[in-house]
Amino acid sequence: MKELSTKLLVIGGGPGGYVAAIRAGQLGIPTVLVEGERLGGTCLTIGCIPSKALIHAAEVFEQARQHATGSPLGIRAGEPTLDLAQTVRWKDGIVQRLTGGVGGLLRKAGVQVLQGWAQIEDGKTVTVRGADGQAAQRVRCEHLLLATGSEPVALPSMPFGGAIWSSTDALSPDVLPRRLVVVGAGYIGLELGIAYRKLGVEVTVVEAAQRVLPSYDEELTQPVLESLKKSGVVLHLGCSVLGWDEQHGVHVRNARADEFALPADRVLVAVGRRPRTTGFGLESLQLDMTGRHVVIDAHCRTSMRGVWAIGDVTGEPMLAHRAMAQGECVAEQIAGHNRRFEPMAIPAVCFTDPEVVVVGKTPAEARAAGLECIDAAFPFAANGRAMTLEATGGFVRVVARKDNHLILGWQAVGRGVAELAAAFGQSIEMGARLEDVAHTIHAHPTLGEAVQEAALRALGQALHI
Amino acid sequence: MGIYVIRMPDIGEGIAEVELVAWHVQPGDVVAEDQPIADVMTDKATVEIPAHVPGKVLALGGAVGQVLAVGAELVRLEVEGEGNLKENSASALASQAPAAINSVANAPAAAAPAPAPAAAPAPAPAAPREAPAPAAGGARGAARTAPAAVARSAGERPLASPAVRRAAQERGIDLRYVHGSGPAGRISHEDLDAWAASAGQPAAQGRSQYVERHGEEQIPVIGLRRKIAQKMQEAKRRIPHFSYVEEIDVTELEALRQRLNQLHGATRGKLTLLPFLARAMVLALRDFPQINARYDDDAGVVTRYEAVHLGVATQTDGGLMVPVLRHAESLDLWQSAASIARVAEGARTGKAARDELSGSTITLTSLGALGGIASTPVINHPEVAIVGVNRMVERPMFQGGHVVARQLMNLSSSFDHRVVDGMDAARFIQAMRALLETPALLFVE
Repeated sequence: MKELSTKLLVIGGGPGGYVAAIRAGQLGIPTVLVEGERLGGTCLTIGCIPSKALIHAAEVFEQARQHATGSPLGIRAGEPTLDLAQTVRWKDGIVQRLTGGVGGLLRKAGVQVLQGWAQIEDGKTVTVRGADGQAAQRVRCEHLLLATGSEPVALPSMPFGGAIWSSTDALSPDVLPRRLVVVGAGYIGLELGIAYRKLGVEVTVVEAAQRVLPSYDEELTQPVLESLKKSGVVLHLGCSVLGWDEQHGVHVRNARADEFALPADRVLVAVGRRPRTTGFGLESLQLDMTGRHVVIDAHCRTSMRGVWAIGDVTGEPMLAHRAMAQGECVAEQIAGHNRRFEPMAIPAVCFTDPEVVVVGKTPAEARAAGLECIDAAFPFAANGRAMTLEATGGFVRVVARKDNHLILGWQAVGRGVAELAAAFGQSIEMGARLEDVAHTIHAHPTLGEAVQEAALRALGQALHI
Repeated sequence: MGIYVIRMPDIGEGIAEVELVAWHVQPGDVVAEDQPIADVMTDKATVEIPAHVPGKVLALGGAVGQVLAVGAELVRLEVEGEGNLKENSASALASQAPAAINSVANAPAAAAPAPAPAAAPAPAPAAPREAPAPAAGGARGAARTAPAAVARSAGERPLASPAVRRAAQERGIDLRYVHGSGPAGRISHEDLDAWAASAGQPAAQGRSQYVERHGEEQIPVIGLRRKIAQKMQEAKRRIPHFSYVEEIDVTELEALRQRLNQLHGATRGKLTLLPFLARAMVLALRDFPQINARYDDDAGVVTRYEAVHLGVATQTDGGLMVPVLRHAESLDLWQSAASIARVAEGARTGKAARDELSGSTITLTSLGALGGIASTPVINHPEVAIVGVNRMVERPMFQGGHVVARQLMNLSSSFDHRVVDGMDAARFIQAMRALLETPALLFVE
């Protein structure tokens, strides 16, 4: 068997793995990256990027349809049609450009990419088997970085396949179903469910909890709930799914134990993701685990010396930008730098309509942590830019310590608020106080004015409300 | 005035990259022609790189521990005349360098590193950017530099921007103990510098040995230490070692050594035990060619050598090195002694040539007076054997029914069990023992 020695071996070419490899390469560390499928991992190929492309296409189509039926903007257009194959090709083109770009960046950094599936022999040795029957080779390394990501969770009663879609399947439809049942009202289910609704599909969402986006606070999800209802998405909250058959559809039981069926051509199961920890010999290392994820410390070290782990395989929050930051952190440590992964906050964005963004602590979380805090919200209904965008739903909310006005968290819901995540994250990382944001001139007319106004309002100095 | 870039020269022997192990200059220093500016390490040897033009150092091409390709930018100098770098090409050249360039304030803007995170750590704790001037003290200054009396409460994170947190990590400073002078107790770069300048620890106020200590220091394993670590790991991972320890009566040998030193020490040089051990190994190896060998396990070939190129494990300031006594079989005691001294000195001073640091066929290791009772030496891969010398001690022994004082010394040896059988190893050491216990045999052909 051909053998190869390197200093760093990265298993997984997703956002965590490829960023770690690029940074390591930049720092002069001999690095090998193993990827079984496409560079870019879930995020670039079957997650964040293609889903946002689909969401955008659905949004544009929806607007065109509105213009066909009469628009307050005075725009009149004909009834639009959708060439789904072209939409998917366009989405795939974006994915192609990005994954190709990652390959180029890795090459530029001097990283050797092995296409194949890794099998761990021990903490310093990995066998890579080519996906297309190429000869296996053994890679010996000083440092092993696990960046194997996560995979969608299936329901035992509804395994993926045929009419039962995973989120991956939903991103590359061959035809649009007439009726789609989405199981799970978390961010993946709602993002895709809303997109399909905008493409003209009858969408029904089933959720075991009593409300949508159950991991977010209720005040924040209220505008999303209203939007769902307005768009015609049917919600069945507090309901569990029993199974599916082609004739009747999805069998559901509600909180009163009544059972009924929801007709469906396709069912999207979006009940969560779990770390990918099996199938590549990880168990042979006997690392410390919590549940299904690998336990790491503040340096992203596992319980075995020289073995590191980053990203989804290490558990929540499963976010690409967390994995990227961890990857950079690990590469720099291997290069001899002193580093810890200790962000003040990791932003989370939900690309529903309207979008939701959360950075830092919510009021409830701050109080649960024993902090006396103040919070204030500023509605987009009082923001000029939001009016010009026909997007006056939603608000920006700030949470700060009462004693010194240190900002603890930001939440926002509304159209385009995902882009506010940068300002929110920066203010928290920089240790800004309410006064810092309140006394920063924000451009007019922008949605960002709501950020300043929320800070002003928390100080009792709001100007536009 | 111009800018002159010194690039990593090609130091021959097919070497494509080197590791920076020491800087002899810092930004702002003025260097003369031929003045050493950096030490770089190849596979084994440390090579000093001199400046070939005089000038003022503007920027360094990387941090200690970093690997530089041949041709990469090593140092940037401000020189009289034109230099060899045009202004408009400065950034392009800088971007080609594998590392960010640590610039000083008066470096051209184009030479400055673009992303702050890429700034490599200074080889030594950097001087504070704006060191608090003692004269600026007063009540306010004192308040600013006063350390927090106690750590913040559990769970409460120190408040500092990402750049300050990263700087603290680089300098090994635990921010929980640093006083933040900013709003809401925010820690600034100046607070960090003040903390470092005051040597930080509240514990410094009282030197009791009974206080809790929480410091930790992370030492990058770089340079020679890294080479040693890699080599040892490789040896232990690849070679199934077995060790054999034997006690040897060196009373006669020691008497002979002292006698020879009395007779010839002033003219021929002083003899230690090592030349005798080398001689014993050379003679014993004649009957055990499988032990004076190197095993290429990738190719599945053991190469046996008639020549004995004896590796002599040598402690240097940087760590363990193994210079080689070439053709030990051709050297008499004093030639051995002189050669061992020469190669060991070369290793200690970093002046050893590459061929003096490679090509050994078997290794001798000794901890001298600290040698202990037994040890488990690690084979110098790809050799197949190593002989370790333990401490010589005087012990009581029975001889003819009487207790007598004898000089005893253990040999602790390790062998590659893939190619050396236990019986052969034992016989080899017994052969050495016979030679050392009856030293006249060392000189009988």
